[in-house]
Amino acid sequence: MTKNAFAVIGRPLPKVDAWAKVVGETKYADDLFLPRMAYAKLLRSAHAHARIRSIDTSRARALPGVLAVVTAADLPRVKFGILPVSQDEEALCAEKVRMVGDPVAAVAAVDEETAEQACRLIEVDYEPLVALMSIFDSLAHPETRIHEYGDGPNVHKNVALQFGDVDAAFDAAHLVREDVFFFEGSNHLPMEQHAAVAHWASDGKLTLWSSTQTPHYVHRVLAKVLETPAAHIRVIATPVGGGFGGKTDPFSHEIVACQLSRLTGRPVKITLTREEVFYTHRGRHPVLMWIKTGFTKQGDITGCHLRTWLDGGAYGSYGVASTFYTGVINPVTYKIPVYKFEGARIFTNKPPCGPKRGHGTVQPRFALECQLDKAAEQLGLDPADMRRRIVAEPFTKTANHLTVTTIGLGECIDKAVEASGWRDKRARLRVSAGPAARRSPKKRGLGLACSAYLTGAGTAIYWNDMPHSGVLARADRGGGVTVLCGATDIGQGSDSILAYLTAEVLGIEPKDVHMHPADTSLAPVDLGSYSSRVTLMCGMAAIQAAERLRDAIFAAVARKLEVSPASLVARERKVGVPDDWDKAVSFARAVELGEALHGVLAFPGSYAPPKRAGKYKGGGVGPSPCYSYSACVVELTVDEDTGAVELEHVWIAHDIGRALNPLLVEGQVEGSVYMGIGEALMEEQVFRKTLHKLPSMLDYKSPTTLETPDIHTILVETDDPEGPFGAKEAGQGPLLPVIPAIANAIHHALGIRIDEVPITPDKILKALDLKRAGKPARVGPERLPLLTFKVPLVVESAFGEPADAVVSRPFSS
Amino acid sequence: MIRLPAFTYLAPSTIDAAARLVAEHGREAMLVAGGTDLYPNMKRRQFEPKVLVGLRGIRELRGIRGSAAGGVTIGAATTLSAVAAHRDIVRDFPALATAAGLVSSPQLRNMGTIGGNVCVDTRCNYYNQSYEWRKAIGFCMKKDGDICLVAPGSSRCWAVSSSDTAPVLWALGAKLRLVSAEGERTIPMAALYQDDGIEYLAKRPDEIVADVQLPAAVEGWRSAYLKLRRRGSFDFPVLGVAVAARMEGDVVRDARIVLGAVASQPRPSEKAAAALVGQRVTPDLIAHVADLAAGPAKPLDNTDFSHPYRKKVTRVFVARAVAAVCGLGDSGATSEEVA
Ligand SMILES: Cc1cc2nc3c(=O)[nH]c(=O)nc-3n(C[C@H](O)[C@H](O)[C@H](O)COP(=O)(O)OP(=O)(O)OC[C@H]3O[C@@H](n4cnc5c(N)ncnc54)[C@H](O)[C@@H]3O)c2cc1C
Ligand code: SF4
Repeated sequence: MTKNAFAVIGRPLPKVDAWAKVVGETKYADDLFLPRMAYAKLLRSAHAHARIRSIDTSRARALPGVLAVVTAADLPRVKFGILPVSQDEEALCAEKVRMVGDPVAAVAAVDEETAEQACRLIEVDYEPLVALMSIFDSLAHPETRIHEYGDGPNVHKNVALQFGDVDAAFDAAHLVREDVFFFEGSNHLPMEQHAAVAHWASDGKLTLWSSTQTPHYVHRVLAKVLETPAAHIRVIATPVGGGFGGKTDPFSHEIVACQLSRLTGRPVKITLTREEVFYTHRGRHPVLMWIKTGFTKQGDITGCHLRTWLDGGAYGSYGVASTFYTGVINPVTYKIPVYKFEGARIFTNKPPCGPKRGHGTVQPRFALECQLDKAAEQLGLDPADMRRRIVAEPFTKTANHLTVTTIGLGECIDKAVEASGWRDKRARLRVSAGPAARRSPKKRGLGLACSAYLTGAGTAIYWNDMPHSGVLARADRGGGVTVLCGATDIGQGSDSILAYLTAEVLGIEPKDVHMHPADTSLAPVDLGSYSSRVTLMCGMAAIQAAERLRDAIFAAVARKLEVSPASLVARERKVGVPDDWDKAVSFARAVELGEALHGVLAFPGSYAPPKRAGKYKGGGVGPSPCYSYSACVVELTVDEDTGAVELEHVWIAHDIGRALNPLLVEGQVEGSVYMGIGEALMEEQVFRKTLHKLPSMLDYKSPTTLETPDIHTILVETDDPEGPFGAKEAGQGPLLPVIPAIANAIHHALGIRIDEVPITPDKILKALDLKRAGKPARVGPERLPLLTFKVPLVVESAFGEPADAVVSRPFSS
Repeated sequence: MIRLPAFTYLAPSTIDAAARLVAEHGREAMLVAGGTDLYPNMKRRQFEPKVLVGLRGIRELRGIRGSAAGGVTIGAATTLSAVAAHRDIVRDFPALATAAGLVSSPQLRNMGTIGGNVCVDTRCNYYNQSYEWRKAIGFCMKKDGDICLVAPGSSRCWAVSSSDTAPVLWALGAKLRLVSAEGERTIPMAALYQDDGIEYLAKRPDEIVADVQLPAAVEGWRSAYLKLRRRGSFDFPVLGVAVAARMEGDVVRDARIVLGAVASQPRPSEKAAAALVGQRVTPDLIAHVADLAAGPAKPLDNTDFSHPYRKKVTRVFVARAVAAVCGLGDSGATSEEVA
């Protein structure tokens, strides 16, 4: 189909839920009020690491208005965790707390004030243990173990993979660079704090409404930890007021609300405070990185070796996947014939890290793109031209056996370079315009970086052969179509996308499509809103369901009009033969004809990604149906006297495959840029003694609209064969290049390298002082942890091999 | 959500009634105007008053009266938005309009008052935390404890004066009228404060700030305010530089420099100001004045940004503010720096 043939796709329509959100009609979890509802609060640990000797809840129980108090003793002793390999969490800690903020008890009361007061009356007797607050601490104290499992004392995961002979690659290089980088952790900072309402009704069935990105996983975990048949549990994901990966795990507060409802016989609501969101966390891992890359004179990469050390926090969460993700995605962008990756995730007594927008790939992307900038400078090459030259080949395999399909990165670089005036400005800004500009403390700089991201993980979190996404499309006699899908709209617009795709196939308007998402009793499973998978996977399932519905309707209309089904089209809410459009029947009538012929019109669509996992241990993390690409140019000024950075412009070109709705894509791109700016310049989840230093929205610094520059979004369409009407992801990838582009622009402005984020003004002043003193003008990490990586699993590089079969996947016919 | 503790709210409609209620309830009572500072603090249990005497219903406390020639008087319950937008203030006391307009965010300026702003609680990031957090790290002497966590061994609290308008009002020579059940008195801004993070106000708790009186506008006075904060909105100052000077041609005749957020009260830099008087302003003089002003500033590690950084920027900002007021700055001198 050519672009012009679309009726809905490609149009800049508002989101289907836009008005409801703007006028305040949307009911978030905390907006739910049920009759007789009680309110719950968690008592959280004030110790970072301690054994629980005893808990005395008697004073709390005696407080008027308290309905129930629970500790670990009141719950089945079942541990849980999002990944089958890391079942290390407890809804309420039984024997040990592992971080400040770990939940130890909970209260349900007639109101929140009473519940809070009751929590303060619970006495917990702790035996403090040594608190390990950094990677260095945890490795230096193997005698103190945060968990008993893992790949070594306080080492959660240790991985090493090698594809080809890196030493030979470095020998063949003209230039070999080794650089060390650090990426500080950050929180997702969604506007909506996590909230849940549980109702264990008198029929013995449980319903949980929760602000979650993964109702299906929550469903499974509830059944397990509450020892209740999954058949009697219903999980409904309420509209999520921002997720970004922070609502992708099953959480203590959800389980506790259910248990308190079971005990009190009342619906129970729990809403976290902002401080508790910082403890719940699952945000960006702080990562130390060492990266060694060989280059030819022309800038080609001969090989790359990356080491990453992740500060995981107190629990596993998605950490095993995060560890792999710090290593496996970099090779998707550029020609890297030989590749070696070693990574380790270390437990510390801090809130657990997990997936945040760009999951695990943001940190090594920062390292690689800053290193490329340094190499280009040393080789005397233009950073844009150098990258342009080494862009990976479409429809081939990477060294680490990932199949790439379409690659619009070259076009992205060209367009960002052109729109930003890169060539002219890079030359002009460096020379500096006259004495006035030289006197001013404000120096201007321009920097560039690129990235790639997956459009949905190729493997599920738990091993199975079922669809990753399912959709049920049911036509009603009024001409409406109800779409049931397990996906959660977290603001990214998944409800809208499913409505557009359904409307496109059936020739109706998005308004005619009724979305009932994310309800485990009503909708087929979708694995969840993470890894940029929803548009592609649910989208493909929705298209399949809608096409099956359309075929059924066409069969009936064809019989009525006495034409062949193949001659029919559906458009403008009608079904008919284009050349004889007067005879076309209305869509509502067509549904009636269809129902008369077939009975109820309800059709499923299923999607599972192509099976392309590399045939080595660990090959399951990284494959994706297709990858999105971005190129970003940042223009900024830096004040030499204060170190203040002001962003002027961000140009970002993004290979979206196809923009199903350009407005939504631009929204995702702009949001990514904004979030990237925060991580580059100010956000840091840091600790004072054993406590989160600043767990409030005022003191944890994240940018406002005033820090957001003009963002110029350029969409590049490559029409990928794997995506719905050619679409790829937009929700995460565009964040990645922003951070290194800012670092590179600061270097361009001042000739200094800040090899760690956030790039704060004091670091800039420090680097300028070093520069004035004639020392290397770099601020960044100075030491690396002493940790022996595993002996690497050596696999042959698959670099340059032709892609695995495209558009070949389960359930496609 | 964090909840407020229970309290009784009293809403008098005259200053006298308010003064009587405060006297009657003594230590149990606190005043509240916009509540933008007090309510968040109450949620974190930094204050647990049994009674709040609200000032918002008192008409005589609101509004801006007087004239440039005779002196402008600002009712204490006037919102910061109103102060920032007032024509005479923008014209004659631009630093005050700037400072009021830089407080927090538009929403908070619509609620927050100038009286509340000059009385705003001192800040410290060991203290501006929830009850649970403070308990976990160990309470400090400003609330519930008896030591200082920033300067262990110190017998006093070093929480930081964080008002934007206070250093400016001080530099402009403003006065305050205080009313209590026992009568009223008018004091200079300087007399409102003392350098102690807990007892930062030198006035009695039962005294209500009734209004802020600006001096008659005099030909030749100019003023500027520079604020250091991380972002363009929301953030409290972690450094404020207020400079007022009277120029005759290019010679400085009078000068006042007052720093905010470097101590538990606004801190005047008399030596630095004196070095300007009688002088023609040159880049060298500015550098000298900046050293004099920044020298005594001793920021501690209890606000945003590292304290060595805040000290470095103090010098830069004093130089920039002096240059702007004395006509040496580039025409685009901004009144705010976001680092
Ligand atoms: C997110 C956030 C950001 C902020 N940012 C800034 C900032 O950038 N700069 C800044 O200066 N402030 C800031 N503030 C603090 C506050 O909003 C302002 O200082 C505001 O002007 C306070 O005025 P109010 O009327 O709301 O005071 P209230 O909260 O009502 O009172 C504050 C204190 O003053 C006392 N008080 C109030 N009125 C009187 C009176 N007439 N006489 C005697 N005592 C009185 C009260 O008893 C209380 O102790 C911020 C607050 C928040 C929550
Ligand atoms: S300066 Fe010391 S005493 Fe004062 S609030 Fe901070 S930690 Fe507490």
